[in-house]
Amino acid sequence: MSNEEIIHKLKPIITTYAPASAALENLNEESDFIKDLNINSANLVDIILDVEEAFGITIDNTSMEKMLTVKASIEVIKEKLSEK
Amino acid sequence: MIPKEIIAILPYSKPFLFVDDIESINEDGVTGSFTFNPELEFYKGHFKDHPITPGVILTETMAQIGLVSLGIFLLSAEEQTFKGHVAMTSTNVEFLRPVFPGEKVTIISEKIYFRFNKLKCKVMMQNQAGDKVCYGELAGMFIKNANG
Repeated sequence: MSNEEIIHKLKPIITTYAPASAALENLNEESDFIKDLNINSANLVDIILDVEEAFGITIDNTSMEKMLTVKASIEVIKEKLSEK
Repeated sequence: MIPKEIIAILPYSKPFLFVDDIESINEDGVTGSFTFNPELEFYKGHFKDHPITPGVILTETMAQIGLVSLGIFLLSAEEQTFKGHVAMTSTNVEFLRPVFPGEKVTIISEKIYFRFNKLKCKVMMQNQAGDKVCYGELAGMFIKNANG
């Protein structure tokens, strides 16, 4: 799965939990969930649970802690998909 | 951890402790109760000459029993105790009936999930007649102290 395909799948998940903003409209690899998208840590947990379901993967605590940007999330998703 | 131990380490004290008893608790949920003392300060102002328990206090009571007590139980199963603090992160509650001074309420909470230190529960409050007072979904984060 390419980075673009992953972002395409991530965007609706993130949109569910992030307040509307220009940063959300322009979601890209550099987007930071907390700083740019105003997502709190509780909503970040919900995003990760939805990511698990959407991609059919299980995310452990260590990986979860890395997932603070779209770029880091793509890396974790790719890593978990390759382990399947 | 037994109910008495959980109540003892709850991070609240009077006049903001809204847990009297935990009747049952396991990894899927909790049932507990609280009686609203008519002397509680907020009855003087909510409402003037017409005391009714504020919805925010009912929500807080649901959270202390349904979310925080259960979270401490779940975390203590992993680590014997809980050192840290708690932050409520979302509430979505519907209110059906008023709770007057002196009423005893029972809170029944079912875990929806507990992942990455976020606990989300389906919580219901009923009065002594067994009527549903309010219900909804509450979530909170359990933040561990950096030094354990």
